[in-house]
Order: sequence, then C-alpha cells, then structure tokens
Amino acid sequence: MSAPEKATDHQAEIAARVKAIESIMIEKGLMTTEAVDRLAEIYENEVGPQLGAKVVAKAWTDPEFKSRLLENASTACAELGISGLQGEDMVAVEDTDDVHHVIVCTLCSCYPWPVLGLPPNWYKMPPYRAAMVKAPRKVLREEFGYDVPESVEIRVWDSSSELRYWVLPQRPAGTEDFTVEQLEALVTRDSMIGVGAPKAAA
Amino acid sequence: MSSGVHDLGGREGVGAINPTPAEPVWKAEWEKHAHTLFPLAFRAGFFGVDQFRFGMEQMDPDEYLNTPYYEHWVHSVVHHGVRHGHFDADELDRRTQYYLDNPDAPLPEGKDAEGELVAFIEGIIPVGAPAGRDTGKAAKFSVGDRVTVISDAAEGHTRRASYIRGKTGVIDLAHGEMIYPDTAGNDRGESPEHVYTVRFTTEEIWGAEEGEPNGSITFDVWEPYIVPASK
Repeated sequence: MSAPEKATDHQAEIAARVKAIESIMIEKGLMTTEAVDRLAEIYENEVGPQLGAKVVAKAWTDPEFKSRLLENASTACAELGISGLQGEDMVAVEDTDDVHHVIVCTLCSCYPWPVLGLPPNWYKMPPYRAAMVKAPRKVLREEFGYDVPESVEIRVWDSSSELRYWVLPQRPAGTEDFTVEQLEALVTRDSMIGVGAPKAAA
Repeated sequence: MSSGVHDLGGREGVGAINPTPAEPVWKAEWEKHAHTLFPLAFRAGFFGVDQFRFGMEQMDPDEYLNTPYYEHWVHSVVHHGVRHGHFDADELDRRTQYYLDNPDAPLPEGKDAEGELVAFIEGIIPVGAPAGRDTGKAAKFSVGDRVTVISDAAEGHTRRASYIRGKTGVIDLAHGEMIYPDTAGNDRGESPEHVYTVRFTTEEIWGAEEGEPNGSITFDVWEPYIVPASK
C-alpha cells in the first residue's frame, strides 16, 4: 500500500471511530450534533487571533491599559469581553529591546485559546515541543525565518501549569500615525506566540 | 508517567517543525467532533483536565509521536469512557466497523430538546474552568528565591518534566494555589498547592557547551516540586 493510501485509510478509520463514540454519547444524551456545530462555529468565527490583535493594539495605544494587561492579562482582556477556556489565568509577556519571548508547551499543547484561538498543528506536534526549549534561536532562524539579534535574550515560556502565557510584541516602527484598527491588522498570530514579528508598516 | 513519550523538552531526532503561515481551524470534519468530546465528556464526569492529559500520556509511544493531536484526545476520551463504564470497548469496535463500512450512515437522533448541551458549550467557552483554589495555606517561597527542582521521578501523572529535574533557578512569579496535577491526574483529588514560575538559564538546563548563549527558560512548578537551593 502506498503512503497516501495508508494515510487515507487511517483518516477513514479515525473518522469512523469518532462517529462510533459520538453515537454512544448521543444515545446517552451526553452529546448532540448541534453542540458540535455551535463549538465549531465559535472557533471558526468568534474566537481567534483577531481577539489577541485587538488586545495588543489597545496596549500599544493606551499605556494605562498596557500596565493593567501586564499586571493581570485575564482581567485586562475581560475588559474587552475576551475570556474563558484555556485562558482562565493568562500572563502577557512584553518584548523589549533586551528580551524576546516565545511560548511552548513541552508536555502537551497548552495555548491561550481566548486570545489566539485553537493552536496550529505544528505547535502541538513533537518537533516544536522538543526543539523550542533546546535551541530557540536556531529554531526561530531556521524554521521560522525570524532572526533575533544575539544581543537580545530569548526567554522561552514552557506552559507547564494552567497559566497561559502569550507575547505582547513590540510596536512596529513608523506606525505613530496609525489608528487602532490599522495597528490590529499588523498583529499576527505568530507574533503573539513569539515565532515571528508583527507585520511592518506598509 | 515520569519520563513518558509526551515529555518532549529537548528530545532529539523527532523531525522538522515545518510551520504553516496559516491553516484551517479543522483539518478534517471529525476533528470538530473530537474537540467537542472534550468539554462534553468533561461535563459528563469522565475526567478533569489532568486526568484527560494522563489518558493521552498512556498512548502507545509510536502512535503518540506519529498521530495528530486530536487523535490523542480521542484516545483519552475512550480510555476514561471505558474505565468508568460509559463505553464498552467491544461495542465501540463494532460501531467503528459499522461506520467504516457505512461512512454515510447518519448518527442517532439527538436527545436534548431543551438545548442544554449547546447552552453548556456557549457557557463554558467564555467562562472556562479555573484551576485556582484558595485554601488559605501559606506559601513557602516568594519571588526572588533561588530554588532547585527535586530530581525524583514520579509515579503516574506529573508535570515535573525530566529536563528541569535537579535544575536550579529563580522564582519570577507567584500565582497562589492551584489544583495539583500529581494528585488530580492520578484520581487522588485536587490537593491544591502554590504555583510559581521559575526562570532558569539555558546554560543551567543544557550545559555551557550545548546551551545557546543569552537565553532563559521559565517553567511553572507546584510547591512540592521544589526545595531551597543549596548554593
């Protein structure tokens, strides 16, 4: 059997297994397809990195909000109606000229859902989890094309407890006249994980 | 599982990361359903989050390393579902075969006239399930203290990753008491403990030769994981 055929078979098998589990859950009154559809819709359209971008842009333009965010990210985000599962206790870590932050979960796949949505596959797979704590500078340069100067410390936050860390990136140069909405558009998911910079001012 | 397959920090030879600039939220239809199993099986009392993680940690190591993360979730839901008698393993296999042979066969009719399950999903996503607890126990350590992670391995579920055992760092943040995974994940209750963020230099963790210069790693520990540093 060729590798693609084998992968297709495996997909069919796991899909059937999930359906089998769901059929039992449904018969017991513990699950419905309506609940699945609602959850899917929330993470497709309502909760995603656009919410984190909103928080970052506000922090870039409102110093008092920024200090509240760095003091307690969960209560500051709640001011904007952003909160919840896998972000009950969030900590925003601020990039400066001296320190760059990056997040990882070596033991599972912890990720701040309320501000970033659900994690990309690479974040959850073994290669990222293994390498990011060992050789972050090399990983950022070689895998993400992101060169952090040797003079800048790289601090890797391994999310081993229920605290959920994420990065407040530096505001790009040349954005002094930008509106909050224009700033939001520069904030990428990767910049809040710490594996990339925000977009540059066009 | 003290140094299980999931304990990946620093592991060599697990391949390239190959990041994607963007990707769909769900890679396949079944992933939506697999994800929804997590909050709904939690609601039904199958597991707490620490037990859920321990369920994944007991996967076959080869399968763990080579399957996408939602399969790990499915594995844990089945593990706990069977363990608590919600599922019969043979029945599950029979139904899996049925849906393999009849991929377009519909799911049974839902039994939730009041919409309680949708309401649960809509309620738990913005509110969450906080792990913080306040039993009034005094913290033994404070920010700035130098501490060493005990080197003992642990039975069953723990968050004491192998790469930080025996290492010394400085407490950067103190978070108060939270559910203790080493009891909660092993069916022994919440037993809250104080949680701290400890910062280590990369040199301390990986050695002067292997560690990249100008780097640090932070790791969250529960109080029983640490002792005062001897130097």
